[in-house]
Amino acid sequence: MNAEGALLEVRGLRIRRGGVDLLDIPALAVAPGETLSLIGPNGSGKSTLLLGLSGIERPAAGELFFRAQPVPAGSAALEYRRRVAMVFQEPLLFDATVFENVAAGLRLRGLGKEQIVKRVGENLEHFRIAHLCGRSARTLSGGEAQRTSLARALAVAPEVLLLDEPFAALDPQSREGLIEDLAHTLRETGTTTIFATHDRAEALRLADRVAVLEGGRLRQVGSAEEVFRRPADAFVAAFVGVENLLPVTLRSAAPATGMLAQLGEALLEIGAAAAGMQSGSVGLLCIRPEDVVLSASGTEAAAGNHFPGRVASVIPQGLLSRVTIDCGVPIVAAASGHVVRELALAAGCAVRVALRPADLYVIPRV
Amino acid sequence: MDLIWQGIREAFGLIFGFDAEVWRISLLSLRISGSATLISLVLGVSAGTALALTRFPGRRILVSLVNTGMGLPPVVVGLFVTIFLWRNGPLGVLGLLYTPAAMIIAQSVIATPIVTGISLAAIQQLPPKLRLQILALGATRWQMVRLLLREARLPLLAAVMAGFGGVISEVGASIMVGGNVKGLTRVLTTATVMETGRGNFDIAIALSVILLLLTFAVNYLLTRIQQRERPR
Repeated sequence: MNAEGALLEVRGLRIRRGGVDLLDIPALAVAPGETLSLIGPNGSGKSTLLLGLSGIERPAAGELFFRAQPVPAGSAALEYRRRVAMVFQEPLLFDATVFENVAAGLRLRGLGKEQIVKRVGENLEHFRIAHLCGRSARTLSGGEAQRTSLARALAVAPEVLLLDEPFAALDPQSREGLIEDLAHTLRETGTTTIFATHDRAEALRLADRVAVLEGGRLRQVGSAEEVFRRPADAFVAAFVGVENLLPVTLRSAAPATGMLAQLGEALLEIGAAAAGMQSGSVGLLCIRPEDVVLSASGTEAAAGNHFPGRVASVIPQGLLSRVTIDCGVPIVAAASGHVVRELALAAGCAVRVALRPADLYVIPRV
Repeated sequence: MDLIWQGIREAFGLIFGFDAEVWRISLLSLRISGSATLISLVLGVSAGTALALTRFPGRRILVSLVNTGMGLPPVVVGLFVTIFLWRNGPLGVLGLLYTPAAMIIAQSVIATPIVTGISLAAIQQLPPKLRLQILALGATRWQMVRLLLREARLPLLAAVMAGFGGVISEVGASIMVGGNVKGLTRVLTTATVMETGRGNFDIAIALSVILLLLTFAVNYLLTRIQQRERPR
């Protein structure tokens, strides 16, 4: 996004620890009220970036701007730090009651008793833990503890909320409920949020925009649609679940019919290719497994990309099955149980593969 | 065995008979060791916290020195405090040798490394990210230290107990810098040594029993506080 009007912005941020460069972010801006998901594998620098944004970790270089004002370094950053709250993967609760934990940030700011009781009460309600108010934090379950931690962060009414994989350690059920309640609270308060996760589904649930980090560098920043459908490179593609990355050569076509990509002998109509690619460029064709449509062999071919293939393997994975089809090149499809049964998919059987041109995107091959 | 029973009977006689000398000795023991423990708490908790929260060249050596200091032989402490307070010594002008103040100094020197070492361990056993979390809640550096100490309060009580236990039972340094002067610097341990030397076993046993009861009472109190806080 344009840095103009950004709530939070970094320029040339570099963080080093123990002589190792951990983070190098030339520019990143977050709009007021926006939720930005930081995704990337473990060790990609998500936590480090959040600490840099929090004003706690002192960068080796670069500047942090809050409402277009530079954030000072060291103890002068206190005023800024008090506009920001951060929640970690571990609840990190104090050895005190739930009430006292949620009140902690307010006490640090020297708020009066009435204010504290009111704000703590509201946040206990938001996170459905009002009944735990007087309980010792040590007796809480993982989900309850993380709810307390989130309530503690939101009690200070932060202008920026930084979340460092807050759901990673929770069981799926606690996680679902908590994401739901958090999303609701964020919508209600309009809190600008930066949310680190290695879980794509979580990122999609909460994010307006997604930033992909790898090796301390931003690989792509864009809307969820953009990042998931138009990955910037092979790393992003693989990370956001594009399991098929097939070498192709771009072939120009009449403007009316759009672009073509040559995959082996076949010519496929594609939706788009990365900027700067032209006819003759070699690239990687991105196909999400859930976009591969399978039908019975011999069915009438409609318009679009069709080709025959033979099933190489069917691996059930929860609700979907991962079907590998040999079409000259292996293509991975995600098929529902219904499709698997209907087509009686099994290794060796012939199928027809269809790909919607709009689902196909070509990135440069580096 | 008779000797011991007789000593124990004597002890209760002395305690509940409100023997003035025994009470004075006991109270002085408490006062001196209590003061030394308080001083070592101020110094030791500060030093332990600083060591736990900072990184600087030579820190590891300093930590090893503190750990060594936890087992500092009281007679060595007694010797050096005596030298320092000796009439011609560096602090001789203060005229503190053979006063309760000298004993408090010596006992503080003994207890401080103990309290420092345990405080250091107490702060270090907190989750490393807790510091970041406290800062992320908007704490100043001092607020952070205060919250960390509050989080470590249970192991810090152990530091109090260890420090107090170390000095109330200590005799070598006390006798060297205090001199076991009747009515002035005679404490339970030095009196016990003296009475044993004289062959007054019954009184020595009585004094030992009082020392044990006193130590037990203080630790019982601290343990009550500590365990009341423990999770069920």
